[in-house]
Amino acid sequence: MDVPSHLQSEVKQLVSVHGRDRTALLPVLRGLNKSHSYLSEAAMLCVSKELGVPRAEVYGVATFYSFFSVEPRGKYVIRLCRTISCAMNGTYHPVVAALIEELGVAFGETTADGVFTLEQTACIGLCDQAPAMLVNDDVHVKLTKESVRAILGEYRRKAAAGEKVKSA
Amino acid sequence: MDVKTVHGFVGSKLSFSEANGDAGLKKAATMDAEALIGAVSASGLKGRGGAGFPTGMKWKFARAETRTPKYIICNADEGEPGTFKDRLILSDFADLVFAGMAIAGKAVGAEKGILYLRAEYEWLHPHLDEVLARRRKAGLLGPDILGGKNFSFDIEIRMGAGAYVCGEESALIESLEGKRGEARNRMPFPVQAGYLGLPTVVNNVETFAWVPCILEKGPEWFSKMGTQKSPGARLFSISGDCKKPGIYEYPFGVSLRQLLKDAGGENAKAVQVGGASGTCVPASKFDRKLAFEDLATGGSIIVFGPDRDMFAVAENFQQFFEEESCGQCVPCRLGNMRLHEAIVKMREEGLDAKGEMVLRRLAATMQSASKCGLGQSAPNAFLSILDNFAGELPRGKA
Repeated sequence: MDVPSHLQSEVKQLVSVHGRDRTALLPVLRGLNKSHSYLSEAAMLCVSKELGVPRAEVYGVATFYSFFSVEPRGKYVIRLCRTISCAMNGTYHPVVAALIEELGVAFGETTADGVFTLEQTACIGLCDQAPAMLVNDDVHVKLTKESVRAILGEYRRKAAAGEKVKSA
Repeated sequence: MDVKTVHGFVGSKLSFSEANGDAGLKKAATMDAEALIGAVSASGLKGRGGAGFPTGMKWKFARAETRTPKYIICNADEGEPGTFKDRLILSDFADLVFAGMAIAGKAVGAEKGILYLRAEYEWLHPHLDEVLARRRKAGLLGPDILGGKNFSFDIEIRMGAGAYVCGEESALIESLEGKRGEARNRMPFPVQAGYLGLPTVVNNVETFAWVPCILEKGPEWFSKMGTQKSPGARLFSISGDCKKPGIYEYPFGVSLRQLLKDAGGENAKAVQVGGASGTCVPASKFDRKLAFEDLATGGSIIVFGPDRDMFAVAENFQQFFEEESCGQCVPCRLGNMRLHEAIVKMREEGLDAKGEMVLRRLAATMQSASKCGLGQSAPNAFLSILDNFAGELPRGKA
């Protein structure tokens, strides 16, 4: 498989920051996962070559951690906590309903415009401010169905203002 | 984002806000390794991640290793459900943590520290980088700390990528080495062969934060809090069905009843102590004490009100373990799947005596045959719920 040259230079750049050995694998994958929202086959092959880590092991690491994805995702990944303190909060189910309704997708899916991917996550350490979710790295707490709609609106505006989102 | 958006301290006393970490570090700069280990040992400080291994002893073992370089790792992979106290320490008291790591470095003869931050706490990362930069500028980190010729230490932040099991120290080390977070066999221990096969101390965020406080105020200040077997105080993360969820500090030996009173959860019917891997304590046992010799915990306290369906709780926890099992050993990988399925089924159909026997055997197998603490503790919540709340199951075939 041919690796596009822009991807090669991106990987080389990450390797120059994080080092050319096995301990750099997670930081390098993290960088790629962040800029592309997922780890493509071409990206993983390129990392394998640059770091000298067998491709099966790159794939093994890429599929082990929940923040890495080997499938395309939206510009914003929403991770709603589903562990007990969040899940038993009174506004949890209204929040789930609002997310599904607003986005028109189920958990694990990406919106047709490529802006959002909706996921569930295990405990994110915000149990005292339940229900809580992460949107990429940002924290959103004490969610209600109203606040979820407002939050999604904010990200939609940001996506529209920024560069055109690539279709997932 | 502003880290203060999420704060969470709601208790009345917080030792960390009364401490001067740099005074502790200055004191440490004047002491030799043996004196440092002696002071930490004398304080009785035990690991705040939950396992409670004596910190001074861990450092002594690492000190005795001759191979170099040695590493100091701060476990900031706070993933146990219901635990969020390290969030507060990292946002408000990161200086204490970094001072504690530097002191550990001096004590064991390490010059390199790594803070492994869970991916879910990436929002704290820029703040931590700022604190590190400020400390380097102030001569509190880097070469010749506080002008001391034999005291050099620096810290790098490394990010996790979303895996509960990486809170287990050997899985954390694997992850730092660029691998899947699969726990290692114990023996050798990390103090003997840890990161890159070299002697490594792994301590919890809170453990490090207490270290400069102990040096500043003296081991007795610390050891006179708490109980004889569990000296000192610790932070608790309280959530669930209570009026004032948040972070509280108590000396060890405090009763569950006291916590519930302060957090406004007096009418609880049960409390999960220690997170998904902990124990469910029914109301009749609320006088039990939070201490290593009674109810040990990494600080997670989840309150369940009178109307909670306890087997829905058990199902939530078991699903958590099914998803978070790393999959390398069979008792954990398959055991959690089967146990999860069985809980779903018993919530519909009840549980007959034969079914219960099979599940208790399965649980015992997971506890004894799983490779790491994740699998070994994965059935605990279900078993304690079954022991105390079996009456909530539908009456089935019996």
